[in-house]
Amino acid sequence: MSSFYQPHSFYDLQAANRRKTTLLIVAFLVLFAALGYGFDWFFGVGMRHGGLSFPLPIFCFIGFLLGAASASMSYFNGASQVLNATNARPADPSVLGQKQLMNVVDEMRLASGLPPIPVYVVPDPDPNAFAVGRDPQHASIAVTQGLLDTLDREELQGVIGHELSHVKNLDVRTMTLVAALYGGLVLLSDMGARSMRWGRMGGGDRGRGGRGGGGVILLLLWLFLLILAPILGRLMALAVSRSREYDADASSAEMTRNPLGLASALRKIEAATEPTRSIGRGAAHLCIADPRGRELNQSENGWANLWGTHPPIQKRISLLESMAGVVTADAPEVAPRPATAAGGLA
Amino acid sequence: MLFPLLLLGLIAVVVLWVIGLYNGLVGLRNQVANAWKQIDVQLKRRHDLIPNLVNTVRGMMKFEQDTLERVMQARAKAVSAVGVNAKGQAEGELTQTLGRLFAVMEAYPEFKSNQNAMQLQEELASTENKISFARQFYNDLVMRFNTAQQSFPANLFAASMGFKPAEFLEITEADRAVPTVDLSTGTPVAPAAQAS
Repeated sequence: MSSFYQPHSFYDLQAANRRKTTLLIVAFLVLFAALGYGFDWFFGVGMRHGGLSFPLPIFCFIGFLLGAASASMSYFNGASQVLNATNARPADPSVLGQKQLMNVVDEMRLASGLPPIPVYVVPDPDPNAFAVGRDPQHASIAVTQGLLDTLDREELQGVIGHELSHVKNLDVRTMTLVAALYGGLVLLSDMGARSMRWGRMGGGDRGRGGRGGGGVILLLLWLFLLILAPILGRLMALAVSRSREYDADASSAEMTRNPLGLASALRKIEAATEPTRSIGRGAAHLCIADPRGRELNQSENGWANLWGTHPPIQKRISLLESMAGVVTADAPEVAPRPATAAGGLA
Repeated sequence: MLFPLLLLGLIAVVVLWVIGLYNGLVGLRNQVANAWKQIDVQLKRRHDLIPNLVNTVRGMMKFEQDTLERVMQARAKAVSAVGVNAKGQAEGELTQTLGRLFAVMEAYPEFKSNQNAMQLQEELASTENKISFARQFYNDLVMRFNTAQQSFPANLFAASMGFKPAEFLEITEADRAVPTVDLSTGTPVAPAAQAS
């Protein structure tokens, strides 16, 4: 009994995702405004008021606008950004395998009561799949050619059911936003690196001028933030908790009424050791299995726990098998950790 | 002075709750109706696809004519059936005869090389799945709708507001029977055996 994972309800997950995306956007805007204000502080126009000197928040405002533009681009256009970045093409109904994929997507969306979902194929030999979009009406599913070649119909159903669960519980909104914002942060960090070189040559004396020791610390903090922006992006991806994968596995099993199909698909995906090259680091958390290959998918401790965007595949497989009533005697590393640990993963 | 105010507040809360209950139940009832329509759409699609498949494979399966005939007869019965019970019965029989046809097709390697037949078979197999997934979703919704009506205290109001529990789609006897296929007559050796 203890090996059953208690999934969260769709309603709770949707509410959590709405909350998370709002929080993400607010944090993103604050970050941009703060970085802009740092720029004001060191290079901007100063003013005095009652013995205090502080800069006019010109770049702060510009930063806020840039952040707002970037965030709304990410929100409304993030899905096509991700699809373009992975070279995904619309599935071709005249090819039997791709027609079958479209049929399976249609079957599973009927099982979950979703509107029709466009299907894309990524030309990559490694089996993987992901879903993008801001809500079920604007969602798409993409699978790699390798997945089509590797899985049979029942396994494909399991994987598609998993992806459609992400669509239904609005995980896609959070995950697509994170993927798109991550791209923006990388851009910002590049800009920051360039402006630093310019700053060292030109506006150096202003930084030394009136502000003294506190200014240096602030400068360091600001540079730190600027350089760390992409790493913050990674942390955001991790904030999209890993328990989402257990939830999506569980509701996929509920849709197909066949947990063993997904279990067998995960086993095949794990056996393919190649990384999925078409899917960049910024979109890793979107996929059904970590596209960087196996080493991060395997354990739940230390480094992998800190940086892995996915829970260990072995554990997902044995949870699915326990739903089907299969006793997994040959999964010793899973047995000592009861499923309650899965809930605490987040 | 305080008591009537409290009473008024209590009544307002109850009224608001009943309005919420009513709207929630209406939403669920419409979802149930929509899920029912989805099943109809898939059944219609199956009726449309079957003649295409039968005509495509007829030339290749000279020796399985009665399997094909049975599919066509079951289809005709399903198309003309009236009433939920008769419809369910006829569609169940159609599912069974189709299952037999697929199993027979499995045994003929010729089909694997015929793109058209493979495509039609995939379409029909997918439609079969869609029918059963649409039914499954309908039943899931019926369960939610009925639970919402029957749990306390909603059950005190639901019936008087005109809500009735929806009916589950039961598996018909024909569905429950596992399609039996005698593979000894389905193997490629069969034509010779039948001809003699």
